[in-house]
Amino acid sequence: MTINIASENSVILYLDDPTDPKNITRLKQINQAIQLSLGPDLTTSIPSYHSILVTFNALTTDHAQIIQKLNTLLNDIHHRPTPSLNNSQLVRLPVFYDATTGPDLPLIAEHHGIAIEDVITRHCMTIYQVYAIGFAPGFAYLGHVDEQIAMPRLTTPRATVPQGSVGIADRQTAIYPASSPGGWNIIGRCPSILFNPDADPVMPFNVGDRVQFMPINEQEYRYLGGEL
Amino acid sequence: MNTFRVSKPGPLTTIQDQGRFGYAHLGLTEGGPMDKRSFALANRLVGNPVDAAALEITLGGLKLECLRDTAIAVTGAFCPFSINNQPKALWQSHPVRKGDVISIGFAALGVRAYLSVCGGLREASWFSSQATVIREGLGQALLKEQILDAEPCSLMPRFKLDYRAQPSLRKYAVMQFVPGYQWAAITEQEQQRILNCEFFVGKQNDRMGYRLEGEKINTQLPQLTSEGICIGAIQITGDGDPIILMRDRQTIGGYPKIGSVISSSLDTLAQLTQGARIRFEIINAEQSVQQYRQYCHDMEQRPLQTLHY
Repeated sequence: MTINIASENSVILYLDDPTDPKNITRLKQINQAIQLSLGPDLTTSIPSYHSILVTFNALTTDHAQIIQKLNTLLNDIHHRPTPSLNNSQLVRLPVFYDATTGPDLPLIAEHHGIAIEDVITRHCMTIYQVYAIGFAPGFAYLGHVDEQIAMPRLTTPRATVPQGSVGIADRQTAIYPASSPGGWNIIGRCPSILFNPDADPVMPFNVGDRVQFMPINEQEYRYLGGEL
Repeated sequence: MNTFRVSKPGPLTTIQDQGRFGYAHLGLTEGGPMDKRSFALANRLVGNPVDAAALEITLGGLKLECLRDTAIAVTGAFCPFSINNQPKALWQSHPVRKGDVISIGFAALGVRAYLSVCGGLREASWFSSQATVIREGLGQALLKEQILDAEPCSLMPRFKLDYRAQPSLRKYAVMQFVPGYQWAAITEQEQQRILNCEFFVGKQNDRMGYRLEGEKINTQLPQLTSEGICIGAIQITGDGDPIILMRDRQTIGGYPKIGSVISSSLDTLAQLTQGARIRFEIINAEQSVQQYRQYCHDMEQRPLQTLHY
């Protein structure tokens, strides 16, 4: 574990092995411990892949105190087992995969020399982990997609990607919670609301949770509130 | 209570309060005033707490009609300011009456002016904050004919800030920063270059970030796995330009970062435009906390003078 200074009121903590598949459950465990242990001294914490940015109230504490508390907490956790991934919440999300909702399906199929149906099956087959939330409110980075459907970002991002669009960038996949510009390869659309400021919780998942996609047809998509 | 009607919104006028804290894990940025010091002082001049909601006027060009009697103050960028075509002083409270026309002209120096109203604005709030973040769909720039609500004002405030105590507006600035993130991973030679050379504010500067131009920085680091970004972080883009991340920054990203500019320097930067000269200066973590405490104390306690009118 490494802790670096990040700013006048924040430090960033890195797990040792960035490629360890257990990182994300470890990260969730540490993040919960940080929230309990720092209490009102904590302004915000941002977990992402194998790091957590910890921002604190510099009027009541400082870097040295925070680093000391983090070290104590990490030492405690080190002696506890990493929670099993199977215990984390699994969220299933419906997706309408179609030429109308997924304009880049043929591109991915062609790139890998497989059928469009195969792209869809492979995307639904995997249970993904939520590695990070950012870029836009509620935008969750999910990984990792099957190598057979991995695809580099579009060279020219689209000016508008519709709300609910499901995209692939390299070995990551994500759903656009609101329409926005975007450079991911779009393969389908999810009718569920993924970010609602007025709901509690605001989002159906957090970093460390698991997500799986279920294919639905147009009728089901419309029934679930989806628009085309 | 209905307080103002917007006759001219200007190029970018937004409602801001202290910002939206504690929601970065959902991907929400903080927002809040770009020049927090001028914002806080504008509030104190009308007797408000330092974090009451007020207007951030980018470049000027705002005209408001008063719908009731209250008091206002304008601080920040050096803009012509008038009430019913009578020129008025910045950095002090002014009583306004129903029917008065408030006009903020275009900034001669500085970028962002703040207009506070006694009691504070009371507009739509999301995640316990009225801060406008257009990119996130939380609020929008003021529109012509929009009505603005404010809290009632009980006591007429009568304060001014002596000109010697007003923040100075210049065309160069030293950015004090705490080295951190990947700073230790870049070569000493590159570190020295960052500290010794002069940068210029580029044309891409907005509420998300200020891109600097000048010598190119070569971090020799690959794109990183996305990690949390804090306010003030100095990220080095692929082509070697530093970008100082401001109030509406994205919350995670993968460019290498060399540390973060401290709050008081960010306020200064928020008043600079394209071509302004920038130098970087290191301060250590301990000093930065001391500076931060002093900065907060100063916003709360900077002495005001009582006006007699």
